[in-house]
Amino acid sequence: MRLTLTVNGEQRDIEGVAGTESLLYVLRQRLGLHGAKNACEQGQCGSCSVHLDGVLVCACLVPAPQAHGRSVETVEGLAGGDGPHPVQEAFLACGAVQCGFCTPGMLKATEDLLRRCPDPGEAEIKDALAGNLCRCTGYRHILEAVRLAAARTRALEPRP
Amino acid sequence: MTPYATHARRVAGTVGDSAPRPDGPLKVRGAFAYSSDLEAEGMLWGTTLRSPHPHARILSVDTSAALALPGVRAVLTHRDVPGRNLHGSMVVDQPVLAVDTVRYEGEPVAVVAAEDPETARRAAELVHVAYEVLPPVTDAEAALAPDSPAVHPAGNLLRHVPLRRGRAARGEPLTADVVVRGVYEVGMQDQAFLGPESGLAVPDPDGGVSLHVATQWLHVDHDQVVEALGLPREKVRLYLAGVGGAFGAREDLSMHAHACLLALRTGRPVKMCYTRGESFVGHVHRHPARMAYEHGATRDGRLVYVKASIVLDGGAYSSSSPAVAGTVATCSLGPYEVPDAEVDVRVVYTNNPPCGAMRGFGAVQTCFGYESQMDRLARELGMDPVELRIRNAVAEGSAVANGQVLDHPAPVAELLRRVRERPMPGPSLPEGGHLTGTTSRGESVVRGVGYAVGFKNVGFVEGFDDYSTARVRLEAGGGQVRAVVTSAAAEVGQGVVTVQAQIARTELGVEQVAVEFGDSAFGSAGPSSSSRQTYVTGGAVKAAAEAVRARVLERADRLLGRAGTATGLSGEAVTGAGGEVLCKLADVLGDGAVEETVEWHHRPTFPLDPHTGQGDSVFQFAFAAHRAVVDVDVELGLVRTVEIATAQDVGKAVNPQALLGQIHGGTVQGLGLALMEEIRVEGGLMQNPSFTDYLIPTVHDVPPMHVDVLELADPHAPYGVRGVGEPPNISSPAAVAAAVRDATGLALPRIPLRPEDVAGLTAADDAGGR
Ligand code: FES
Ligand code: FES
Repeated sequence: MRLTLTVNGEQRDIEGVAGTESLLYVLRQRLGLHGAKNACEQGQCGSCSVHLDGVLVCACLVPAPQAHGRSVETVEGLAGGDGPHPVQEAFLACGAVQCGFCTPGMLKATEDLLRRCPDPGEAEIKDALAGNLCRCTGYRHILEAVRLAAARTRALEPRP
Repeated sequence: MTPYATHARRVAGTVGDSAPRPDGPLKVRGAFAYSSDLEAEGMLWGTTLRSPHPHARILSVDTSAALALPGVRAVLTHRDVPGRNLHGSMVVDQPVLAVDTVRYEGEPVAVVAAEDPETARRAAELVHVAYEVLPPVTDAEAALAPDSPAVHPAGNLLRHVPLRRGRAARGEPLTADVVVRGVYEVGMQDQAFLGPESGLAVPDPDGGVSLHVATQWLHVDHDQVVEALGLPREKVRLYLAGVGGAFGAREDLSMHAHACLLALRTGRPVKMCYTRGESFVGHVHRHPARMAYEHGATRDGRLVYVKASIVLDGGAYSSSSPAVAGTVATCSLGPYEVPDAEVDVRVVYTNNPPCGAMRGFGAVQTCFGYESQMDRLARELGMDPVELRIRNAVAEGSAVANGQVLDHPAPVAELLRRVRERPMPGPSLPEGGHLTGTTSRGESVVRGVGYAVGFKNVGFVEGFDDYSTARVRLEAGGGQVRAVVTSAAAEVGQGVVTVQAQIARTELGVEQVAVEFGDSAFGSAGPSSSSRQTYVTGGAVKAAAEAVRARVLERADRLLGRAGTATGLSGEAVTGAGGEVLCKLADVLGDGAVEETVEWHHRPTFPLDPHTGQGDSVFQFAFAAHRAVVDVDVELGLVRTVEIATAQDVGKAVNPQALLGQIHGGTVQGLGLALMEEIRVEGGLMQNPSFTDYLIPTVHDVPPMHVDVLELADPHAPYGVRGVGEPPNISSPAAVAAAVRDATGLALPRIPLRPEDVAGLTAADDAGGR
């Protein structure tokens, strides 16, 4: 089948997609976007997290045909023209990246949280990251990074 | 020459700074190339057909239907392995592809290459293997019985390490005023790194092959792949691809030889990438252990003797089991002064999943055993458990189980005091969560506190020379100077890439440092395991940088016209004895780059005596202590870890932020082993090979962690460093289990603790007695 979708603001048309392919497979293998990771491909780890029409999903669980005509945002789209996203900077500043395999999913989950909730409490942060496994960090530096990213994002955005 | 500021400016990112990871920016952009991200023009996908049986005879293999499937380019069996159809990093006993017998569930039987992953998977299903199913050997202790079926022709005992000290060595009986006994068990833990086993093999025009792969040690992989392919060494090239965590699971071959075989057969690049379920059977695990301990002590709490019989389930192939057994023996008495000891460690072949290296490497299991005993002894004596430990703690000058006298700081008592003296957390609710959800209002929640201290060798032991090679080049261009460090040290997430740059900055006084990965043609760096890279590759980089510096200083002396004037490099300048700037480094390097390659060896170690387990087998020991505080719902059997305090001696905190990350991560892997992580194996079959059923800690499971870092320099080590990766993983399981015991009053002799154990509903609790 032919698949049309918008990825990080750019329209992409892909021929010959099998109905059994996942959105993750399409991103990684057909579009060469390897940012979303493939730690389990069973919806259990969050490493493949992307936004689909603004909703955070596990790309490995989305059949490719369901993404037809929709908009996908991946970790590759996080940084703007004017540099890295505050969430990216905070993860680096706090030492929240070791092997980094969980990082793209963690970044997307954090970005999603801060979109919904600019001043999250501890419980909200933990709930937002509960679906994202990390085997390296023990999560403490990741929690710090989310708090720092939230503070920096709030500082950037003037309140009404 | 132009005059400069009198004193050189300080370069940022040297040893002791929390320098940022050089690979960090790529990783947060999603642009870092992990082994599973690799692609090549015309690439095929490889997949592996694995045995569904833990033990079976292969009667026939028919690949014709698979080969007939459109899009399939190759189906290979053991007949297609041109070289040695065996691998193994220590004992060469594991077939590249099974011949006539399969010995564990998941053993590779055939490999397939096809145009896309789905076709490869379907083709593997079409390979018809006729098996005669055999009864599996599944109990490690039963496997030692003389009438047990043999997993390998030479028998099931893979290694026996006996250890005899004091009266036991002299054949005298071991007696003491107070004696406590216990039998403890540790379940099979999985490393559960997130980046699946994967890589890309590309055929080369010279008839050789290049393999890009995630690994912990290119060179030991290279040796084995060369043998399997039957090619000259120089025609097989291994390159490090991005590694998504390791923790010991990448010490053995996985898809390495398979992808190379397929690439050479098809003449096309072949990528292989395991699924999560396949990853669970595709690498070795932490050895399950059964440990019978007996401790004898005086009434005032001095250890007199320890007897232990420890059996490790090695599974179907040896992997690093022999070395794990050695570590268990060497660490089996804990960091305590024990005059007399009689310990037997046996690691055994079974038809269970193969076990091998996992962070802590045997020291984790034995720590759970001896620390459980220390608590039991403290209760028996009516003593405070920390006081008992302090009373028996080793210090510099003490001998440990292998008879080796510690000739570096060993601040065991101090580590215990530090975790004990931390203020206790309040009775508050967890950070924004509830312990018991909707099933209880917490009326049966009891607080518990547990302590443990552990230790382990850093680096390889028993005479193995795990040296490292590093090249350092200092060059100038456009008025800038920079250093380039090359080594084959595998960056697996731990940050060895950062540490190498920090060392070059420190020794050469330059800010710009690039770290490059050497391939298999470059000298070996030894493995990224056993907490050794900062010590050993750090030592190599330091030595190479020092050699470069010496040459640069000579050159500066010539330029300045006075021998012995130039004494140091700092702030991209050459400095004199008083730290004053003599000239710009760029001016000295104007004539050309300076480069040195050094192969650096740690001090030698020696074998263990085969009868007594005695010998100076270790070049450094590392220590950490934990205090765990838990809230336990004693009716529901639920545990919430409230706080974990860690104290660890690191010799020198080379990168404090990365160090904390190691301590957090290691502690949490230990917490996982204590409370949730176990590969359940029944009849040789893995019951839970997925992240749905094999649970690793999530952000909700992780408590606040307080880390107290001691920096007592080891005089034998570069910068005084001590390996840091494993110690936090060694004592945290024992501390968490001790805290749950404290809350419940149960013996809890087995980890991971299951809710039914914690609620006091299992017979397992009787096994250890109380
Ligand atoms: S890869 Fe999608 S959730 Fe794990
Ligand atoms: S940094 Fe390795 S999995 Fe999170």
